[in-house]
This record gives sequence, structure tokens and C-alpha cells, in this order.
Amino acid sequence: MSRLKKLFKKDRNKLVVFITAGFPKKESTEDLVLQAIEGGADMIEIGIPFSDPQADGPIIQKASEIALSNGISLSVIFDQVRSIRKKTDIPIALMGYYNPILAYGIDNFLNDCKTSQIDGIILPDLPLDEGTFFCEKAKSVNISPILLVAPNTSNERIKLISKLSQDLIYAVSILGITGGDMSSKENLKKYLLRVKDNSECPFIVGFGINSSDDVEWFNNYSDGAVVGSAILKKVLNDPTNKPVYNFVKNLKGRTK
Amino acid sequence: MTNNIKNYNYPDSSGHFEEFGGKYVPETLIPALNELEEHYLDQKSNKSFQNNLNNLLKYYGGRETPLYLAKRISKELGYNVWLKREDLNHTGAHKINNALGQMLLAIEMNKTRIIAETGAGQHGVATAACAAKFGLKCTVYMGEEDIERQKLNVFRMNLMGAEIIPVTSGSKTLKDATNEAIRDWVTNVENTFYIIGSSVGPHPYPMLVRDFQSVIGLETKKQFKKQSGKNLPDRLVACVGGGSNALGLFHPFINDKVKIIGVEAAGKGVATNEHAATLSKGKFGVLHGAASYMLQDDNGQVTIPYSLSAGLDYPGIGPEHSFLHKIKRVDYHSVTDEEAVNALQWLSEKEGIIPALETAHAIAYLLSEKNDIEKGEDVIINLSGRGDKDVNTIAKYLGNII
Repeated sequence: MSRLKKLFKKDRNKLVVFITAGFPKKESTEDLVLQAIEGGADMIEIGIPFSDPQADGPIIQKASEIALSNGISLSVIFDQVRSIRKKTDIPIALMGYYNPILAYGIDNFLNDCKTSQIDGIILPDLPLDEGTFFCEKAKSVNISPILLVAPNTSNERIKLISKLSQDLIYAVSILGITGGDMSSKENLKKYLLRVKDNSECPFIVGFGINSSDDVEWFNNYSDGAVVGSAILKKVLNDPTNKPVYNFVKNLKGRTK
Repeated sequence: MTNNIKNYNYPDSSGHFEEFGGKYVPETLIPALNELEEHYLDQKSNKSFQNNLNNLLKYYGGRETPLYLAKRISKELGYNVWLKREDLNHTGAHKINNALGQMLLAIEMNKTRIIAETGAGQHGVATAACAAKFGLKCTVYMGEEDIERQKLNVFRMNLMGAEIIPVTSGSKTLKDATNEAIRDWVTNVENTFYIIGSSVGPHPYPMLVRDFQSVIGLETKKQFKKQSGKNLPDRLVACVGGGSNALGLFHPFINDKVKIIGVEAAGKGVATNEHAATLSKGKFGVLHGAASYMLQDDNGQVTIPYSLSAGLDYPGIGPEHSFLHKIKRVDYHSVTDEEAVNALQWLSEKEGIIPALETAHAIAYLLSEKNDIEKGEDVIINLSGRGDKDVNTIAKYLGNII
């Protein structure tokens, strides 16, 4: 069974941690990922920096800009993942925009995902309408495409998106960009129940989640919570003294 | 070589021009794009919407614009140069054609807030004017560098009550203003209409911007026939950044036996790294919601373009232009800053018309040794905008201070 399937079969709260590759230093990726795992992360998303990150708020934009100026690239990221993979068996997904993957070559990209044992791929600018070709190709080599749904996605579309994704989907918690403000819990609850009713696979929730209370709350209505901007903010403010480990441990806190 | 084709019918129902175009956007925008497409297709065949738009274009925008035979330069060049005077539109460029069209859609869709991106500021000014006219709140995203080089347009937008948000990320120009506008739209999609200023972005924008601008070519066709007594001109020329003024002129002629030329900005030369010649030097990719050619490095990171002209300083190009380039229906050339400024001075001296720096690139094609225009041809240039906004930039370039 795939690492993703195994994880989402488990009946416990899950925390997914997003780390931008190559930030704050080119070689930081492994250290930050291992800190997150040590702190209790159940799954890791590694962000592939892009020059024009449309779906991202100021913090991930900043992290991406720094990472790019450090000279990070997909081939470096794959080397880093290969090294990380020797030290952990939790699921790792890559998250990024479509253009760097097109430039790398889709076959080449999927092949390197395979050899570095990537479990899933999240591409916010490749929606259902454009994604069939890529998603089918990924699935044919046993890599899970993880498509996104949003609060304004119809029930019918949630079904189609979960069918194409197959193993896992990603519910964006808000109308907005990463790190944005959360809407009312009442609205969120309605939306998450709607996703649950219509999705044919498990789903994680992300965008704007930043406290252990949030992580616990979202786990009540979904299969896991993603934290990204809030963690990178800690690293931006003070990269020393294991900021990711400390914050993730705190986020996991009561989430047992 | 220009290929002629018949029964051109793009984009397809999914918004593609073969491999170009499409909707490469966050999921949140998909319902909004579908809603927009539905409303647009409805209104396209709705007489009262079209009458309303035509009246606005006439009484508010000042259409129709003249097709002017520029006799002095024609004599000098040995062929007829016709200028489609879009510079005489209200707010100074072709941009108002599209801004009015999209504003009517926004009203029809009950949106209460308007956002726009702008490079040279012409689209921002046109949108601010329409928003003021209809009493809607308007926010314009503009790169910090463009704010500096197009101060006059910033002031005009302010006078009309628009809020200008300076964008400081990336190259601080049109590309980054567009990113920021998209982020705003994702966040405020329920009450906000995003008026995109060029034939770029996710479907249906490239199609609807082209359609709203096609009034340029439709008028030109009639005017040319009436004024010249001939059926069709030999050649059409327009500058291309995102490409809306060009498509506006070209599209109604696309099935006709007419040569069509698009002119990109070569900045300091296509052999340097400082240019905005997307089709000459770019590669296939996805930016701002559409698949098209774009300037990028080997890792697929978008590179920072350069042109003296803020309106052409963009690393992408509308997907339809990429398609027309691929099928060789349109020939694309590029001219440098220097050639554009020379052409601007030449037209000003010979015809008493100061074109926008963007437009000057199309004029420069006439003076280029690389063009293959034959004596006696009828050449129509889209004079897409006036140069008032650029006088500071030009003066600085020529070493003067105003």
C-alpha cells in the first residue's frame, strides 16, 4: 500500500507541514524537513519556488524569492529529497506551479519523482479543466496527483476532482491566498462537511491555519490540517534554535 | 511568409487555441471564470447589451475613430500609410473599448468592486474613467517602476477616484501588477470584477478582450473600402505587448488575403538580455492563467523583460498571438527602443501626431530595413495610443529634462 493510503487509513489527527525548498539557505531543506518530522509532522509538502506564485501570500512569496536567489532548482530539490528519503518514511508531496515542471519536462519530472520516492504532487495552477493529461500520467507511475477544491467548488466538481485525484485532495479553507484570514467556523464547518459528503477520497485542509487549536479543530472535520505560512514566518523571524521543530511540536500539542 | 486561412474559429469551447490558452488558475477562480463566460456569451447576442455598448463607445468613447491617410510619410516611403486613430479615443488609447465592454458585464453581473492591472497606465486610466462614470469602486495595481515612469497617468487615475496600489515584488512592472491583481481577485471573487486590460489571462479573457477590441478592425474595413475605393488593404501592422490592440485590428481580417504584421519590443536588442520580444526569444509555458510563449530561464522561472515602453514591458503574450505565430498567419518582428524613439520623432515631425511609445514600435516597422513592403501598397497601422503620457520618458531618453 502507498505511504499516502497508509497514512490516511489511520484514525488519528494529522498534521501536514509545508516547507519551501532552498529557504532560508539553499541547503536548509533537509534540516527544516527533519525538524518538522521530529516535531511530529505526519506528512511533508515541499514547495518548489516559482518566480510568480499567484496563489501565495506575502510570506511564501518572500520565502520563494529568497530560495530562488539562493539558486534552488528542481534538480537540486530532487537531490535533497533523495537524501531526506533515506531518513524518513512519511509521505512527501511536492507543491508548486506548472511552469517549472513544463520546463523540466513532464516525463523527466515524473521519473525523478519516482526515483526520489515522492508520493504526491500539488499544483495550484493546474485545475481539473487542464489537469487530466498530467494527472493520468502521474497515476500511471503510482504518484498521487493531489488536486485542490475551494469553498466555491460545486458538489459535482468536488466529485470529479476527487475521482481524478484518486488518493487525496486538498481543500483550500478560504477564498484567498496562502496565509490569508480565516472565515467563520460556522461557514467552514458547512463547507468541510460538503467536501466530506462529496469527495471519494480523504482530504486535507490548508491556507491560513496557524495554531494548535486550528489543527485540532480542522481534524474534526477533515483528514488533516496543513500549516505553511505560519511556520515559514517563524523561520523568517529567527532561523536559529530549531524554529520548525519547536513550532510543529507546539502545533501537534494536544493533537494526539 | 504569411499563410492565409479560411474559417478561423478560435478559441475552441474549452478556451484553447490548440495548445495555447486555457484556464491555468487556482480552483477558486474556476467558478468565476465559468460565470463570466456564461454571461459574456449571453450578452454577445443580446441586442440591448450591444446597443448600450455601441452608444457608450460613440457618445462617451468618441467612436468612430478616423482612418487617416498620412500623406507626407506615404510620399516619403512610396506606399500608402493609413493610420487608424485609436489615439483619439477618450482617455487616449484603444483601451477604453475593452474597459467599457467589461464594465457593462460587471454591472450586468452585479459586481460592486472593480480591479485592474496596468503597465503604461492606459488601461488603468480607461478603467478608472469607466468606474467613475458608473460610480463603482476601483482599485488599480501598478508596478512601482511603472508608477515612476508613468506619473501622469497615475495622477489622472487619482483624479478620477481610483485607488492605486504600488506593487513592489519581482520586476515591479506589469507582470507583478498582474500577479497582485489575481491574488486580490482570488480573495474577493464574490463581489469583485477583474477587468483585464489585454488579450491575456485565463479563458474567457483573451477571447472577450479580442472581441471588444475588434471594433477597431471592423471600422477599419469599412472605412478603407469607402475611402480608398479598394476592397482590402495589403498589410496591417500593430505593436504587440499582451496584444489587444493588434488583435482588435487583425481579427476581422483574419480570413482575408491581407498580410499581417505584429511588432514586439526588442528593448536594447534581442541579442542582449534586455528586451521584451516574447515570440522571438521566448519558450512555451504557463503564466497568468494561460499557456503561451513567455520569457523564461532554463528552470522555467519567468525572466524580467525590458522595454523603454511600459506597455510592452511584459514577459508573456496573449495565447492567440502564440497560435497565430505558430500557424504563420501573422508575421512577428521586433524593434528596439532606439528605433521606436526615432519613429516617434519622425511621425511627430512629419504628421504632427505624437504616438505612444508602444505604438511607435509599429511605426518603426515602416522605417526598418527588414520589412518587405512594396511600393504602392496600402498599409494600415493601428495608431493605438497617444504619446502625451510618454513625454517625460522620451525627454529623459534623449537627454533632455522638461
